[in-house]
Amino acid sequence: MKDFFNYFSEIFKGVASLFRGMRVTGYYFFHPGQIVTQQYPENRKTLVMLDRFKGEVIMPHNENNEHKCTGCGICELNCPNGSIEIISKQILTDEGKKKRIIDQHIYHLDMCTFCSLCVKTCPSDALAWGQEFEHAVYDRSKLTKVLNQAGSQLMKGVE
Amino acid sequence: MAFNIYDFTSFTQSIDQGLNSVMPAFWAMITEMVIIGVAILAFYALVGLFLVYAERKVCAFMQNRVGPNRVGPYGIIQTIADLIKLLMKELVEIKKADKLLFTIAPFIVIIASFMAIAAIPFAKGLHAIDFNIGVLYVVAVSSLGVVGILIAGWSSNNKYSLIGAMRSGAQIVSYELSVGLSLITACILVGSLQLSTIVESQADGWLIFKGHIPAVIAFLIYLVASTAETNRGPFDLAEAESELTAGFHVEYSGIKFAFFFLAEYMNMFIVASIGATIFWGGWMPLHIGGWGSFNMVMDYIPPFVWYIGKTAVIIWIMMWFKWTFPRLRIDQLLTLEWKYLLPINLFNILLMAFIVLMGWHF
Repeated sequence: MKDFFNYFSEIFKGVASLFRGMRVTGYYFFHPGQIVTQQYPENRKTLVMLDRFKGEVIMPHNENNEHKCTGCGICELNCPNGSIEIISKQILTDEGKKKRIIDQHIYHLDMCTFCSLCVKTCPSDALAWGQEFEHAVYDRSKLTKVLNQAGSQLMKGVE
Repeated sequence: MAFNIYDFTSFTQSIDQGLNSVMPAFWAMITEMVIIGVAILAFYALVGLFLVYAERKVCAFMQNRVGPNRVGPYGIIQTIADLIKLLMKELVEIKKADKLLFTIAPFIVIIASFMAIAAIPFAKGLHAIDFNIGVLYVVAVSSLGVVGILIAGWSSNNKYSLIGAMRSGAQIVSYELSVGLSLITACILVGSLQLSTIVESQADGWLIFKGHIPAVIAFLIYLVASTAETNRGPFDLAEAESELTAGFHVEYSGIKFAFFFLAEYMNMFIVASIGATIFWGGWMPLHIGGWGSFNMVMDYIPPFVWYIGKTAVIIWIMMWFKWTFPRLRIDQLLTLEWKYLLPINLFNILLMAFIVLMGWHF
């Protein structure tokens, strides 16, 4: 007798749990407002990426066209696949001392694996992640970028 | 030529008489067969294309997605684009496959569903063959498709295909019983196996209302078992993508694959239209005994629309199943059939027979 009741209670429990699942999908079906899919090319204007999104390595410059890169080359050493090249140059400071500063911070986006080691290890926080992700180009050479802007200088106080 | 969207009998008869007046009876019959074949072929292709689109849209909405929306407005041309792609794909020859059987298999599957569609009453008079054993014929023919699936699995010479085909065989052999028995439950109430008689008998109320408790149980069992019979999720063990890559059709490409794909959707359509015909009255409008004016309003809706609408609802329920439930394991599948559906079904037939005997139905 117990088995007999178990048999039917199993059926009813099973059907009830199936209905619970069907209620969820049925609710979604009749509520298209819940759709979370973003329509990418149409929403390009309003598209906001997440802060942690890694689009490309950038070197932030302030309004005086100053960056924080000292040209130490730690990012170049840490890059696992050689995406970064540092070209430095020697200048004479006002005090008559020789000093090594950055000439060109070359970044090969086509080789980058977005591992973030350069951004993490930079001692002066000169590098950051940009939000730009539309990197499709017709020529590979366009993916080689110089991160420090022309005529930019080292920010005062960063050594 | 009289054309009446409520009764096609005069329309089809006038075609028949017109053909017979210009040619001998034999050739008139051949011409009629060709006309019906072409009409069903066109219907088949259109419905198949639309169902693939509908499935993708419905599943997208159920999963909080948008679905196809790039090709044409709301993506309605998407399936046509897919069809063109499949037509242009290479038909890969499998070296160690059994060539003849490998080529025949998709045709067997598609012919089986073609044969079933012939017996479906679309509207009054719009009915290719009206057998006096229509239900039996449909059940017999719709199970022929499994032969094609078994042949496809065997001839591909691939272990995944073979396992998929064997699962499909075990599944259809089991669930065929439930489909047949639940249809028999309905036939006990009507007292006929002829589909046109079954539809006519529901003029004063659909069978699911007339037969109340046993009819509802039979309908639910029919829904579950027919979903299993068409190899659709959650019973899609035959093509379990995560375990068997694609099961029986893993070696097929191009248009041969498209045949299997189309046949799956058409089987769903056929199964849904049989369910609608037998339990929900087919093309018969919704009539409630005694509500004269209500019945009049319902009669204004053409029977073809009723038929398509009911079929669409059942198809939607089957899609709802597919996109809600996880796939069953093979032992769970067989347990469900042999331990639950079959005993309940047998008892249900008894109950229905008792109710008919006592006259407790409406």
